[in-house]
Amino acid sequence: MRRFLTGIAALVAALIATTQPAAACAGLIGPNGAVNLLRTTTFAGYHDGVEHYVTSFQFAGGSGQFGSLIPLPGIPDKVEKGGAWTLQRLIRETSPVLAANSVRSALTFEAAKGVEVLMEVRIDALDITVLKGGGAEVGEWATAHGFRLPPAAPEVLDFYANRSPIFLAAVFDADAANARGQRIGDGTPVHVTIPTKNPWVPLRILGLGKNAGDRVDADVFLLTDQRPALLPYPFANGMRLDHSAVATDSLLSDLRSDKGMGWIPQSGWLTKIAIDASASQLTYDLAVDAGGTSPSRVAAGLEAPPSPASPSSQPATEEIALIGIALAFLGAIVILRKSQPVTA
Amino acid sequence: MALAALAASACTTASATQLPTHVAIRVHYSHFDQTKIDVPMGVPITFTLVNDDPIDHEWLIGDEAFHARHRAGTEAVHGDRPNEVSLPPLSVKTTTITFDKPGPLTFICHFPQHEAYGMVGVVMVKP
Repeated sequence: MRRFLTGIAALVAALIATTQPAAACAGLIGPNGAVNLLRTTTFAGYHDGVEHYVTSFQFAGGSGQFGSLIPLPGIPDKVEKGGAWTLQRLIRETSPVLAANSVRSALTFEAAKGVEVLMEVRIDALDITVLKGGGAEVGEWATAHGFRLPPAAPEVLDFYANRSPIFLAAVFDADAANARGQRIGDGTPVHVTIPTKNPWVPLRILGLGKNAGDRVDADVFLLTDQRPALLPYPFANGMRLDHSAVATDSLLSDLRSDKGMGWIPQSGWLTKIAIDASASQLTYDLAVDAGGTSPSRVAAGLEAPPSPASPSSQPATEEIALIGIALAFLGAIVILRKSQPVTA
Repeated sequence: MALAALAASACTTASATQLPTHVAIRVHYSHFDQTKIDVPMGVPITFTLVNDDPIDHEWLIGDEAFHARHRAGTEAVHGDRPNEVSLPPLSVKTTTITFDKPGPLTFICHFPQHEAYGMVGVVMVKP
């Protein structure tokens, strides 16, 4: 059984930090370059043209700062602290024995050349910055702020920036977390609200920083108004459909009662996608057509976009509309932190 | 663009050997665009190193013992030695080396995971 879900956007990748990340908690790119998936619990709900993405950033122990870079399908309206039990309740709906974690933290960045800082939010020990820029610009921004990205990052950042030039950088301040008395494994839930045409779940990013044979184990929960059409399909290469059914009234009621979850509709369709793959298998993303018809092959990573998205062109939401992408984000990339160089 | 153009300007050859004395190596998506390069022994070889990635890389050339030391090393930045060049994001560096022995030498980026990712190449010094 899986202990963590990664959702729609699963997030991930993470980064590193100065000290050794707690071994038990996976996570981060360490000073020695080793990268483990930062386990997160993620939920992407889509209703009335708006995606609600809820994930949890977990405290892996140690000191210093580390974080993740996550591609987004559009410019968020709002980034706020997530509710207290949404993720746990979703896990219980499909895997009653699973437990979830939660956490938190934050930072302040200055804009790097070529990158537009759209939003800065501090949530407990997490500093969240929403950036608009091309892959190279976002990578340069991260590097300029003391993070060391994995070697695959330049190509992966371009891959996502060509679809949407919006990224969310979440930096976790372990020192602040320690000062707050947070324990290893505690998570900080974050709720991102993104107007978009359709949900989109970056999965390829989950393999960032991992070796080809390393496992990626994640779950993505989708809540849509009706049964969605998904791509890739049929499910293969480590992607599995674990749950697809009308959302129960009790689930919807419970979710609706959590902080910031009043948008939950009276009815909906709950889908759970499980990822149990090697990093080399994850060459795709999860494209969703909430209307149940034709998900975008571009959004699924099966085709290149007609032309690269430019940071200075149309609003991300427009671009995404053109290519049929939508929502949720995910994966993270990057980060590392202030680090001491590890080269010789 | 400028970086790409520079990288594309390739090499100048030594007339006597027909081997290059100027070599351009571009780093893109954490890979060297040239991984097998023949150069002449005993003459200065100028390497133009172009990093068009938004992340740090390095270009270290030497024998196995040299690389074994660097794999376990802790230097943050290189630059004091011609065969050890730090490459900041989106940068161009040049270095000139005269190889006094024939045989293969390996160039590697020793940042974490970069060697395993494929940032390895070989310079074959020809008498």
